[in-house]
Amino acid sequence: MMIFDLIPSTLRMATPLGFAVLGGIYSERSGIINIALEGMMLIGAYGYVVGAHASGSAWVGLSVGICLGIVLAILHAIATITFHAEQIVTGIAINILALGITKYLVPTTEWVPGLPQLQLPLIGSYSILVYLVPVLMVTNHILLFKTPWGLRLRAAGESTEALKTLSLSRAKWQYLGVILSGVFAGAGGCFLISDVHYFTEGIIGGRGYVALAAVIFGNWRPLYGVAACLLFGFADSLGLSSQWQIPDQLLKSFPYILTMIILAGLVGRSRPPEALGKME
Amino acid sequence: MNIRQSFTTLLNNLVVQILQLSRNLLPSLLAICGFFLLCGIVLIVRGQNPWEFYTTILISGFSSFDEVGSVLFNSTPLIFTGLAVAIGYKGGLFNIGCEGQLYVAAFAATWVGIHLNLPSIILVPLCIGAAMITGAFWGAVPGFLKAKFGAHEVINTIMMNFIAIALTNFLVTSVYREPGQMIPQTPQIHEGARLPRLAGVLFFLPRSNLLNASFLLACACVVICYIFLKYTRWGYELRLVGNAPEVAEYGGINPHIVIVWVMALSGAIAGLAGVADVMGYRYRYLDNFSSGWGFTGIAVALLGRNHPFGVFAAALLFGLLNKVALDIELTLEVPRGLFLAGQGLLIIGLVCMEGISKRSK
Repeated sequence: MMIFDLIPSTLRMATPLGFAVLGGIYSERSGIINIALEGMMLIGAYGYVVGAHASGSAWVGLSVGICLGIVLAILHAIATITFHAEQIVTGIAINILALGITKYLVPTTEWVPGLPQLQLPLIGSYSILVYLVPVLMVTNHILLFKTPWGLRLRAAGESTEALKTLSLSRAKWQYLGVILSGVFAGAGGCFLISDVHYFTEGIIGGRGYVALAAVIFGNWRPLYGVAACLLFGFADSLGLSSQWQIPDQLLKSFPYILTMIILAGLVGRSRPPEALGKME
Repeated sequence: MNIRQSFTTLLNNLVVQILQLSRNLLPSLLAICGFFLLCGIVLIVRGQNPWEFYTTILISGFSSFDEVGSVLFNSTPLIFTGLAVAIGYKGGLFNIGCEGQLYVAAFAATWVGIHLNLPSIILVPLCIGAAMITGAFWGAVPGFLKAKFGAHEVINTIMMNFIAIALTNFLVTSVYREPGQMIPQTPQIHEGARLPRLAGVLFFLPRSNLLNASFLLACACVVICYIFLKYTRWGYELRLVGNAPEVAEYGGINPHIVIVWVMALSGAIAGLAGVADVMGYRYRYLDNFSSGWGFTGIAVALLGRNHPFGVFAAALLFGLLNKVALDIELTLEVPRGLFLAGQGLLIIGLVCMEGISKRSK
């Protein structure tokens, strides 16, 4: 078994993480802690199933999934930005809420259509969302770090006062950051369904938290963050292939252990945005 | 005259105390009312009678000693996780790792209970001790990482949750699985490690009732935590570090040390939730046995205003919800997801109210 054989499964594992990581970066760069990635991915997956099943079109599914992700994101934003609610607790509550919704309005367990695949020479055939990740990674990196728009969004996360001196509203930029996180996390959830075509309760399986780990591991930067997703996705696909005699559970906890080491500053240094989680 | 004066001051104090208490309790009561109101509205939207829903809750929760016993049984693990979160919160720390702590602790208790065959009087404390130490270790690691490297305990406790789930899953599926079993569970623990059912002692409980001695342990824990927080030097240090770390430092308290032991203490208490399941109910370790108790503990602590007695009351409420969810599902065909979604909204409502009141101060 060659390591190259793991590339397709690595890409498939890394894609939902890649979307969610971009979401996490936008929210946290604007200063709002987002533990709710898991819930937003779940509601995105749920929306995809509902939309795609009702209309028969994968694109409708994708739009419904992203819209539901935005709805949860707005809820998170209203609570944390307008009402100054404790951001971590709100995030957990949103995860519980999303789980509750999918258990209350149980979606269909039937087959739903996936997004179209794109066949490229040498690379192979993947869902178009897979190709979208590197594009989004680069464009969002440029947006965040090379444009005035990105500078302002990051300023909201670096200091509670900076935007005020420019007579800009910090809350507005934070709303934007959190809503974008809903868009991306929702899309990540959609990809999971488009990939397997069926909704199951444990479809996200902690991927939102892995994405959170990748945000930290990638030092709150899109390029590194998506690279971290590839690494975590690779570990995941190692566990899937039975040829490698490594306990699956060890590979599953690999992202978490790595993140703890990075966070402790034992290897390299991960620096969160200065005003992350601070409201005034 | 003197007596009269002291009487009026006493009365005044009492009024002030009650006012303060009601101000503290107001958000929680509002949140609970909102929760039940919301459930009623959902029932109306479904075209069902909301009164039927409320009466089903009352009947399923309180109509007999058996039902009340089941409610108490369901709230036992939540008392522990709620206390664990509350103790951490008082110390300025956010322990989201209860889920992981209770898993590793439950496994430790099971391990001791399987490998030693001793009389109850020795084995029960040994198992509980093993569980508390393991839980304490699992909590102390994020505490240490925070104290030493400034790493945020929230992220680390989340990471440790997943590591704990993976670790116990590995142990129970690959090493200690009961021979010839498809279900990922260990063999049963020895008789001596089991906590007795209360049905044998309390004549009014039917034999089948699951309420067991772990509930008494939980009650004791509530009282001990209350005394600990209010009347001991450590409790004072904990609250000081939680409220004003700088002041604590000037006062000669080393906040770094306090952070580590608060997280350890919190982890140990969370571990008792695992004890309640293994030694009081299942008598074995079942993979993934906790139904999100660690996370519900956050809601319990929040609703109970991080006060031990408040936590106790909130845990009873959530235990009631967990108990009646099944009956609601069976008789009214309302999926239990409604309670879960409602819980999420209840928490959001509570933290919003907290945020508003903090800002208006």
